[in-house]
Amino acid sequence: MIAFILRRVFQSVLVLLIVGLVAFAMFSFVGDPVENMLGQERTQADVDRLREQMGLDQPIVVQYWTFLGNAFQGNFGLSYRQGREVSQIIAERLPATLELAFVSGVFAMLFGIGFGVFTAIRRNGIGSNVIMTLSLVGVSLPTFLIGILLIWVFSVELDMLPSFGRGDTVDLGWWTTGFLTQSGLKALILPSITLGLYQMTLIMRLVRSEMLEVLRQDYIRFARARGLREKSVNFRHALKNTLVPVITVTGLQLGSIIAFAIITETVFQWPGVGLLFINAIQFVDIPVMAAYLMLISVMFVGINLIVDLLYFAIDPRLRVDGTKGH
Amino acid sequence: MVETTPPPAATRARMSRFTSAWQSDFAWKFRRSPVAIVSFLVLMTLVLGAVFAPLVAPYDPFDPGSLNLMNGFTPPMEPNMFSGEVFWLGTDDQGRDVFSTILFGMRISLFVGFAAVLFAMLLGVTLGLLAGYLGGWTETIIMRAADVQLTFPAILVAMLIFGIAKGITPVEYRDQMAIWVLIIAIGLSDWVQFARVVRGATLVEKNKEYVQAARLIGRSKGAIMLRHILPNVMSPVLVIATISLALAIIAEATLSFLGVGAPPTQPSLGTLIRIGQGFLFSGEWWILFFPAVTLLMLALSVNLLGDWLRDALNPRLK
Repeated sequence: MIAFILRRVFQSVLVLLIVGLVAFAMFSFVGDPVENMLGQERTQADVDRLREQMGLDQPIVVQYWTFLGNAFQGNFGLSYRQGREVSQIIAERLPATLELAFVSGVFAMLFGIGFGVFTAIRRNGIGSNVIMTLSLVGVSLPTFLIGILLIWVFSVELDMLPSFGRGDTVDLGWWTTGFLTQSGLKALILPSITLGLYQMTLIMRLVRSEMLEVLRQDYIRFARARGLREKSVNFRHALKNTLVPVITVTGLQLGSIIAFAIITETVFQWPGVGLLFINAIQFVDIPVMAAYLMLISVMFVGINLIVDLLYFAIDPRLRVDGTKGH
Repeated sequence: MVETTPPPAATRARMSRFTSAWQSDFAWKFRRSPVAIVSFLVLMTLVLGAVFAPLVAPYDPFDPGSLNLMNGFTPPMEPNMFSGEVFWLGTDDQGRDVFSTILFGMRISLFVGFAAVLFAMLLGVTLGLLAGYLGGWTETIIMRAADVQLTFPAILVAMLIFGIAKGITPVEYRDQMAIWVLIIAIGLSDWVQFARVVRGATLVEKNKEYVQAARLIGRSKGAIMLRHILPNVMSPVLVIATISLALAIIAEATLSFLGVGAPPTQPSLGTLIRIGQGFLFSGEWWILFFPAVTLLMLALSVNLLGDWLRDALNPRLK
């Protein structure tokens, strides 16, 4: 067990080091920072002095080590475009993205499990057929088209919900939240649906197929034979046993929710880190790009690691296989 | 054209090849599936329209001489209030015919999609073959790289590669290079699927007798991989290629929509949707609607064909 955990942690650190190398390479090879910082009338002495100050005369391995140290402390230097600390810009933007990701994750979970159970129990009903067909269309639609469609219907035609921005936010010092105002909550609805729809269909299909599998098993038949109520059989006995894979998949999808937030944030002009990243690409703002890359890889790798370890803790069969296999 | 009149034997051979193809298992399954036929017809119409866009399109949207600002914002199927001209799908803000811009935009979308999948396929199949056949360190390095890349969603990888490439190319070439950068970015983000499947299939194939026989008669490693193993691992590759095509078209549209893809001088469907979104609130819905529907038909027909192909080529379902 300890060997398994150590190996997974080692792999995660390796991935982070590789991503760090990519980010470092971006800094070193995409444009010369010395060229960017010094003006037209520079002398060779100026260039050499700045190189020494910035540590650019050191061997490349030492530079990489310094970069990792700085990155670990959240220090990515100044944004080329805004001239402010990158870490500060990201800290300002992060609450917007995390709130959006949280709400859409909850939306995907609730409706995904609900629809999944419904379509599994009423397998051949009209309602479940309609839901299954719609989910197929939903998967084929690109995220940005879903967003535009929602804006068209709910903002342009019905004029019910805002089409851009976060609405009014409340500043809690280190965190700005849209949960506390009415316009903030209203502004969350369309982006969350856009972002969560794909995950919702995924969870729904997963719950449905797992439920169909479980409902065939003997202990369900036995529970029915004992005369338990249908509700109790479906939810207490069947749903409970489908939740392990659902938790894993949802956990793994959390990372893609944050990544796909880039698209949703652009459609809805949501002031989060995704929109920041897209703007950074458009203006080749390397420090912001590198910082976003590092941030998102830490999240991804962390989530993967936690899900792996959780899975290991939940499912006892894996423990036996883990020690036998290696 | 040297051989103007082919000998009758060759004609017969070609005829019989055609009839045998028509009567094959594969064609039979195709004729039995209405979904496959309809998606194939839709896809063919779209592809032909895109390929022959200069002939089909009523206007050349990129010829500044043919543009007339007075024609701007003409609704579909209604005569323009100044010139009385009728545009099937209306015109955009600069008086460009939406139907023509869609045809030309689809050309770019399809070109980027096909080229990116081809690139991903070449890269993935090569690396997969090498990893599967050679094993050892080659395999470890290639598959570890694949694992690391698979941790991140493809669209994010493509965005990042696009961003880095944009930083490297000089400013004056950026717009010209954008299409090629897009192809490389989407291709590089998508090779993993091919490599994994080909490696898996190669691991199975390489212990079969025909490969051992080829090794025994002293064929080189390269020849065994290319001439013996490759033909036998191609059918799953084809299925992945079709599904990848749909994903690549959507990825291209997404990147262009986000403004990190095809430049406004060479608008793809995604760029057109990006432009059209700006007119949603002022009521000119057609500038957005028709490119979006075209993109949807394109992605859906490729997707459905891919699904059908997967079932048709699956030996276990025969």
